[in-house]
Amino acid sequence: MTGLGARKLDLATLIKDPQTRIIVTCGSGGVGKTTTAAALALKAAEAGRRTVVLTIDPARRLAQAMGLAELDNTPREVSGTGGNLHAMMLDMKRTFDDVVLANSSPERAKAIFENPFYQALSSSFAGTQEYMAMEKLGQLREAQNTNGDEAWDLIVVDTPPSRSALDFLDAPQRLGRFLDGRLIKLLTAPARAGGKAYLKVVTASFSVVTKIFSKVLGGELLGDVASFVASLEAMFGGFRERADHTYQLLKAPGTMFVVVATPEPDALREASYFIERLRAESMPLAGLVVNRVHVAVPGVSAGRAAACAEELAEREEKADPATATDLALASTALRVHNEIATAAENDQLMIRRFSASHADVATVNVPALPSDVHDLDGLRRIATFLTS
Amino acid sequence: MLDTRGARRLAAGIPENARLHVVTGKGGTGKTTVAASLALALASGGNRVLLVEVEGRQAFAQLFDVPALPYAEQQLAHAPGGGDVYGLAIDPEQAFIDYLDMFYNMRRSARALNKIGLIDFVTTLAPGVRDVLLTGKVKEAALRAGTHGGYAYDAVVLDAPPTGRIRPFLQATAEVANLAKVGPINRQSKGVIDLLHSERTVIHLVALPEEMPVQETLEAAKELTEAKFHLGAIIVNRTRPDLVRGEQVSPSGLVDTESLQRGLATTSVDPALAQDLARQLSRYARYHQQQWRNIQLLQAIGRPILSLPDLAIGVTAGELHELSQYFLATENASEEPAQASA
Repeated sequence: MTGLGARKLDLATLIKDPQTRIIVTCGSGGVGKTTTAAALALKAAEAGRRTVVLTIDPARRLAQAMGLAELDNTPREVSGTGGNLHAMMLDMKRTFDDVVLANSSPERAKAIFENPFYQALSSSFAGTQEYMAMEKLGQLREAQNTNGDEAWDLIVVDTPPSRSALDFLDAPQRLGRFLDGRLIKLLTAPARAGGKAYLKVVTASFSVVTKIFSKVLGGELLGDVASFVASLEAMFGGFRERADHTYQLLKAPGTMFVVVATPEPDALREASYFIERLRAESMPLAGLVVNRVHVAVPGVSAGRAAACAEELAEREEKADPATATDLALASTALRVHNEIATAAENDQLMIRRFSASHADVATVNVPALPSDVHDLDGLRRIATFLTS
Repeated sequence: MLDTRGARRLAAGIPENARLHVVTGKGGTGKTTVAASLALALASGGNRVLLVEVEGRQAFAQLFDVPALPYAEQQLAHAPGGGDVYGLAIDPEQAFIDYLDMFYNMRRSARALNKIGLIDFVTTLAPGVRDVLLTGKVKEAALRAGTHGGYAYDAVVLDAPPTGRIRPFLQATAEVANLAKVGPINRQSKGVIDLLHSERTVIHLVALPEEMPVQETLEAAKELTEAKFHLGAIIVNRTRPDLVRGEQVSPSGLVDTESLQRGLATTSVDPALAQDLARQLSRYARYHQQQWRNIQLLQAIGRPILSLPDLAIGVTAGELHELSQYFLATENASEEPAQASA
């Protein structure tokens, strides 16, 4: 099924391997990331590993597929999986609140929570999802059960439906850059320097900033920003350390990235970018899952099916009614075959092109199914294709 | 001149008087292709239409096979009847500098601030600001005066963020107006909010005839309607005509394999394949029925549904012209969508 030169991706071994501790599925929107993550988690759980799947998806698709009424910010057992599979959906705001609480005094946390900027930031921050997904991943990795053992053998993370799949990798670094930014230093300088001794240069730049802020945003907003930054400053260190730590976790042995795509140019292009990026960051790539690959009955090419269907349709007009029924049915079956076989040939072309430029990337194809996955059986079916 | 719109009639759900067409949809539904072909349809008959992207993907350059778009409006294509489609890829940093320049005459300080990371700061700390800048620029283009009176563009088509982010994107201005309770941002945001919520702005939702995209479309329609935005058309992309005729597949999915075998025996195809082909046909019929049901679900939104055909891989400029025809009213405008055969 895989194109020429492509290695077969062996997910069955990967998910059962005790060394595999974190699997991150990534890819562009609408390629079946969530389903892939859930199917892999289910398969691992059924192989006896204590598994949690973390999704960051506002459409609650995983909940749908797992038959859960709702997912909240803590792992919930998925019934019908023998107790080994848990699932959770990231609650961005709650995770952020927890980070603030864990990194500051109760009074300071209260001040932060009440700041209108924090309220906007924690619920609509572009990138907050990615930061918080990282944060939650770190928490899950460190979670222990009552015996003091690690709570999870395997954590499967479904990355946020980002504009670009790369945002997930960039988020912690963006946070770092943001915190190291000169502007944040300017804004926090007064507090740091006790409000009097900072350099002239800083004063000058700061006054430009202040001027612009008050001119553009209004004075009140500037006050909010300044107090927000001041109150956050104390916890920034811890926050940043954690983000760095989690980022390192992604590079550590035991973490595997599974890139997900469909056999379409855009999805595969995105997958290419991601693979290059993982390589540049020395992040471990397990391979590529190509979802929704068309598969036609073998033995007849699309072209021959089309020609025969056309010829049958011509003869059908002149045939007696009984024969015409047979000819019409054969004609329809061949036209349908032509459509599916054409799609299958296109898919194979796309996959071959991809493999030609990424010969070393192991790949597994999952056929297109007639309907979406809504239950555990559906996930098991997908898992069978993924691990075959 | 303002109201000399070219001779073209638009399909139901694509209002003639809309200045701004916002195109959104679940990721992977082809909203960029839809936005581009809608722009061509609007431009046909001699109109000037601006096609705007805000996600930094340079998707239009790729689609129209032109070099990457600078932060400047640039011609992308000619439409039938003398119209023109222009493209603009809005970059938030440039939009910010524009913004400061336009309202405060502060271009130089804006550049200096950019150097010390202000844009990074602002867009990281208050991400809504990024969306405010983007929507602000869209509004400026949509309402810009032309050199000879009227508007510079007859319509603006925005390839917007996907359905998961569309409401926060469109409401960012209102949010920031809340944060900045007084001051110039508050005053200027009113213009954007007014445009986006007025009937001069319509939001078109792009779906595929599949379950999850349909569910997400239904959710987005509800959310946007509750937030008092105006919906235009529901565009079902990549539909295919059902090839099954009459009773060839029974309601329970049965196919007369013997009849199929007799038919195949008259061709060069091996009749031994009848069983496999019958199974494939049955699966196909089930898939189509499911798609048809999915499209029916979209009717609950109460907006006109436009079905676009599935084209071969890789939509290029030629296919865009073909797709644009579906946004124009035809002689028999009541024609059933391709999927509607049960």
